[in-house]
Amino acid sequence: MSEADGIMRLRQPISVTYNWSAGPNATSHLNGLLAGTLIGKRCPSCSLVYFPPRNGVCPKCARVLGDDVVVGPRGTITTFCVVNVPFLGQKIKLPYVAAQILLDGADISMQHLIQECEAGDVRIGMRVEPVWKDRSEWGPSLENIAHFRPTGEPDRDMGVEAGAS
Amino acid sequence: MADLCAVVGVGQTKHASCRADVSIAGLVREAVDRALADANIGIDDVDAIVIGKAPDPLEGVAMPELWLADALAAHGKPVFRVHTAGSVGGSTAIVAAQHVMAGIHGTVLTIGFEKQSDGNAMWALSVPIPFGMPVHAGAGGYFSPIVRGYIKRSGAPSHVGAMVAVKDRTNACRNPYAHLHEPDWTLEKALESPMMWDPIRFVETCPSSDGAMALVLMSEERADKHAGPKAWVHATAMRSEPTAFAGREQVSPRAGEMCAEDLWRKGGITNPAKEIDVAEIYVPFAWFEPMWLENLGFASRNEGWRWVEDGITDIGGALPVNPSGGVMSTNPIGASGMLRFGEAAMQVMGKAGEHQIDGARKAIGHAYGGGSQFFAMWLVSNGKP
Repeated sequence: MSEADGIMRLRQPISVTYNWSAGPNATSHLNGLLAGTLIGKRCPSCSLVYFPPRNGVCPKCARVLGDDVVVGPRGTITTFCVVNVPFLGQKIKLPYVAAQILLDGADISMQHLIQECEAGDVRIGMRVEPVWKDRSEWGPSLENIAHFRPTGEPDRDMGVEAGAS
Repeated sequence: MADLCAVVGVGQTKHASCRADVSIAGLVREAVDRALADANIGIDDVDAIVIGKAPDPLEGVAMPELWLADALAAHGKPVFRVHTAGSVGGSTAIVAAQHVMAGIHGTVLTIGFEKQSDGNAMWALSVPIPFGMPVHAGAGGYFSPIVRGYIKRSGAPSHVGAMVAVKDRTNACRNPYAHLHEPDWTLEKALESPMMWDPIRFVETCPSSDGAMALVLMSEERADKHAGPKAWVHATAMRSEPTAFAGREQVSPRAGEMCAEDLWRKGGITNPAKEIDVAEIYVPFAWFEPMWLENLGFASRNEGWRWVEDGITDIGGALPVNPSGGVMSTNPIGASGMLRFGEAAMQVMGKAGEHQIDGARKAIGHAYGGGSQFFAMWLVSNGKP
């Protein structure tokens, strides 16, 4: 059933470039990245801090997010994956650690790359800090941070809810 | 009060990594023709068609329902397309059933499909998004940290995922339509399988498949006059939640628990572990079997892995899970949920062949999608509610 004789298959590449409107809330977060500052937003209802503020709305309360809050730059690994699988469009050398990092002052983790240590040494609760790329390479993106690396501080106890976001 | 609805026909394709012998339309029609033949009706007897598939980038065909209308003989009939990511096969069947329960249509044909070999699923599920660092690597990269969280929380031994994988791959050998037929897996061999997305081994991941599933649903009035076995829909439930919010329980999402509670309440089930005879649960990565056993309320928190170790979910166990081989053996994403719903129906209709669970009267089909954020479930039985 893999290849059928006489049935034609055509290769048809598709490419498209989109514009994405960030909106006022996400704009302050993206401007922060251009300045090398990690800016999240506080929900005026539940007071939790979202980083990144994605749609500018608290996903729990459905309220428009309020004040800017500077978070990080250090954070704690809440859980992680060691990626060994190659795929189309992949930009990072294998194997690598993709970790959920809870930045200090934020209430939700975000995913980033862990480097400058062996994959086998990465732990839930490990303290990490960002390593920024050269300023000439910066754009409105978390890719301004090349990766996170261990700080050497003692691990934080993440409790039984490891894996929660 | 809603009308009753019964499944009277089930049809699926032979699933494979590449069905180069057919177009998407041909793949869909293969399942439809089998479902219609199983129901012993013609395509002209269908009043409405509800079709579902996962994101269009998987095949690169935008709005395939428009051109599939030809192959489905949909002229003069309503066609609806449903989309809820990986749970879509389940939610599509639910939307179809609701058209019957609402008394709007007497006979509804519903289809879930995916032809993943036409595109690149890893790419389609790893498109960079403006806010993220592009470190994720397909669905496995997304779900592996959650599995790590479950292992830490529950204290499960590391071989449990491999045990589920061996069970499902072995079960699939009883299912002639399953994509993977790999009879030689042992636990020892599975534990040597390479770590793809550590802690997920290669053998603990689902394949990428081409396939389709179709169901014929009828109102009580029509089903009562219809000869042949039926699967009566006792309850359906759907719930959603955002992909990410502060404090979210990712291992056991609240939306899944709420969906299950709603299903049991509507279906009059007070003790699922005792009252359900067989479960077809959406398990694309082996560790999700114990995780969903807990989320669904079958097993207590942190105990799901013991059910696997004790063989409770084996064919012959107290609650066989995925006797068809499940998503672990066949994963055309847009069809996978409907395969769960259809396999549950086949079990109570007594049509599951080699993987039939003897005496199955009540079965559930379960599907989830997105970042474990969309849930769809149904409860079917050989008797009316």
